[in-house]
Amino acid sequence: MTIKTPPPAGTRLMMSGNEAVARAAWESGLALASAYPGTPSTEILEELTQYPDLSAQWAVNEKVALEVAIGAAVAGSRSMAAMKQVGVNVAADPLMSQSLAGVVGGLVLVVADDVGLSSSQNEQDTRFWGRFAHIPVIEPADAQEAYEMMKQAFELSEKFETIVILRMTTRVCHVKSLVTVGERRAKNSEGGFTYDPNRWVLVPSTAKRRLPIQAEREKALKAESEKSPLNFVEPGSDKRLGFVTSGPGYLHVKETFPDAPVMKLGLSHPAPFEAIRAFAGTVERLVVVEETEKILETELKAEGIGCTGKDILPSNGELAPEILAPAIAKLLGEPVPVRKVTHDAATLFPRPPTMCVGCPHLGVYYTLSRLRRQVTIAGDIGCYTLGALHPWKALDTTTCMGASMTMALGLDKGRLPKDADKSVVAVIGDSTFLHMGIQGLLNLVYNKGNATVLILDNHTVGMTGGQDHPGTGKDAYGMPAPKVDFMKLVEALGVKPERIHKVNPYMMPLLFKTLKDEMAIPEVSVIITDQPCVLIEDHERFAPFTVVEADCTGCGNCLKTGCPAILVRKREKLVKNGKEQELAFVDIDISGCTGCGLCTETCGPDAIKRMIPKAAKEVQAHG
Amino acid sequence: MAESKIMNVLLCGIGGQGVLTASEILAEAAILAGHDVKKTEVAGMAQRGGVVTSHLRFGPKVFSPAIPPGQADVLLAFELAEGLRWISHLKPEGIALVNTMRVIPPVVSTGLFSYPDDPLADIRAAGNRMAPIDAGGIARELGNSRLVNSIMLGAVADALPFEPGAIKACLVKRFSAKKPELGEVNARAFEAGRAAALAAAKAA
Repeated sequence: MTIKTPPPAGTRLMMSGNEAVARAAWESGLALASAYPGTPSTEILEELTQYPDLSAQWAVNEKVALEVAIGAAVAGSRSMAAMKQVGVNVAADPLMSQSLAGVVGGLVLVVADDVGLSSSQNEQDTRFWGRFAHIPVIEPADAQEAYEMMKQAFELSEKFETIVILRMTTRVCHVKSLVTVGERRAKNSEGGFTYDPNRWVLVPSTAKRRLPIQAEREKALKAESEKSPLNFVEPGSDKRLGFVTSGPGYLHVKETFPDAPVMKLGLSHPAPFEAIRAFAGTVERLVVVEETEKILETELKAEGIGCTGKDILPSNGELAPEILAPAIAKLLGEPVPVRKVTHDAATLFPRPPTMCVGCPHLGVYYTLSRLRRQVTIAGDIGCYTLGALHPWKALDTTTCMGASMTMALGLDKGRLPKDADKSVVAVIGDSTFLHMGIQGLLNLVYNKGNATVLILDNHTVGMTGGQDHPGTGKDAYGMPAPKVDFMKLVEALGVKPERIHKVNPYMMPLLFKTLKDEMAIPEVSVIITDQPCVLIEDHERFAPFTVVEADCTGCGNCLKTGCPAILVRKREKLVKNGKEQELAFVDIDISGCTGCGLCTETCGPDAIKRMIPKAAKEVQAHG
Repeated sequence: MAESKIMNVLLCGIGGQGVLTASEILAEAAILAGHDVKKTEVAGMAQRGGVVTSHLRFGPKVFSPAIPPGQADVLLAFELAEGLRWISHLKPEGIALVNTMRVIPPVVSTGLFSYPDDPLADIRAAGNRMAPIDAGGIARELGNSRLVNSIMLGAVADALPFEPGAIKACLVKRFSAKKPELGEVNARAFEAGRAAALAAAKAA
């Protein structure tokens, strides 16, 4: 465990929004941070492990993360939870209820919205939660603001004894810009947990008593918002339009319309309606630029403040200059700028994300693709969701974290005659299983479902770049931690011991046979694959394989593994028995090949051979 | 949109090619030259062999982090077809520096799509100034395929509004911190890339 000395106060650093939030949290006297990895929020907690004198923890899921943070805040310490937008759905239960009881130490819920959908199953707008849970929402536009607003969020949280949401978006989390950092304030040390069942024990009578307090708090926050320096007007000479905006929307407006008056909302909920009304009076028309949904606009209209917004702007994706400029030009009756496209990128092949060379999931999906007609495959969230893509096409559903085994039960019990002969398979990764899968498996067993569950244990959270979890034996700092035993856990959930198998996914004949056998048995079976992600330290590389050119028949079987190291050397068309057959003669990229040998199991003519180390060296030097 | 004094550099390539590191080094040089800087990329699924772009903007004051289509001053492409994919992001007067190396994705290997026959010709047809760089070949001559990154940084050095030496210094500092001899090797790669770009410019 290496914790570096943080750069001193006054230093100007190139930081991402995520790094800036972590720095600000540390400076704010943070005692505890809990998070579950999820793009684009992951780096916040990773970064916090680099700061001294606080506890940074990976939680098993977002509900757990928020509850841990609530505990620390109720104890009087400053705490935070970090997650991506869909994580808040999981954490909604504590969020909605604790809003009534509030907090003592500051608690900031940092949520990263995947605006533009780079790596999520939906694009929901976290600002709704502020309205739903009656808690304030703060929206930074860049890293410097993320840094400053994180600190202000703690102040606001303690002043109003409420959870505060810091709503980030991808373009805040992952944009690097210059940030001037400051001093660390000491951690909270006064007070401590106060016995107060009328506040902390949320039985109906307590909740009833707390409702008016929550309403009063919201009123006070409205007043705060009206005078908050986080909400301000930037005058402009071109008063035909005035923009009300928040988050990166502000940057896009400034970029596109440098002369327009702008009202920027940092504390965007509760919104400062009177200040906005006054601003509206200084411009000819008011335009609301909000990412992503129509929230503020609806509220302004309800307040009787006339404005334009989603009637001319999209309700999804970034409101980048290339979106704003034509929409506003049209509104003003000006000619819409037309850009000459010198080359249409849509005519080019796509380059979708792929599984890695030698990935342990390749064998699983190759095997599933061989059984395709006999199974319905319920998937989950992780790298292995890519199994839905070409060439495997071996995943039928993905909804949310943990939905594989639960939907498998529904697919089993809800099946119609057409699917009577099909087996149901659920595929879930190790971290997703620990996040929300345990209950699903318990429920599947308890309700006597008939499904075969594949737990793809690659010893890491792969999709987000390799974080630890309770199945890896390491904590967020990489220090030893208790390690869950998947075999025992699954058995404890009620799966019969003879129905539990651990299989090396590179041994495809064994995997195929095990899967086939278990699919035939009308009970819950669990097959755990146990090989590490190729991107983590535990992964071992072997001497690469190569194709003996003369022996390759061009059958293309090995390409069906989807391994990106297998390349096509030449294509030929062959007419055999009057049927045209496409042949693809292959080659292996030896610099990428991990030597896993998976492709050799698909090669009929045995044309793929392991290189002897010396030869490997020679070829590399000349290759 | 108002004419801005902002310099827009778009780097593109494939996950794992070092696009993000190259962008970091250019950002560092821009900061040292006294600019306000913003750098953005969409990570997430990038390391899975997908398309990677890094947008680097610098000048007196940068607002929007991403470079709008048709607004890039410089395109630094780490892979040939990716250069073609992003060529229309350039301003008409912009310049492209394109690594001629081809990286074939599985969707092409498996015959679902085809790789264009001559992407360089298509890039030329777009009408921008362009310098093809055989970074793969140069790296092989230097004896290390991982030098592509530094070669491309050298190639772009004379297209940016600060001393090429400033980028080289940032590059050397970063690699020397790992191992002193790595700094030297990468400095050589940088100069080789610079020479290649200048030669390509002359030929054009």
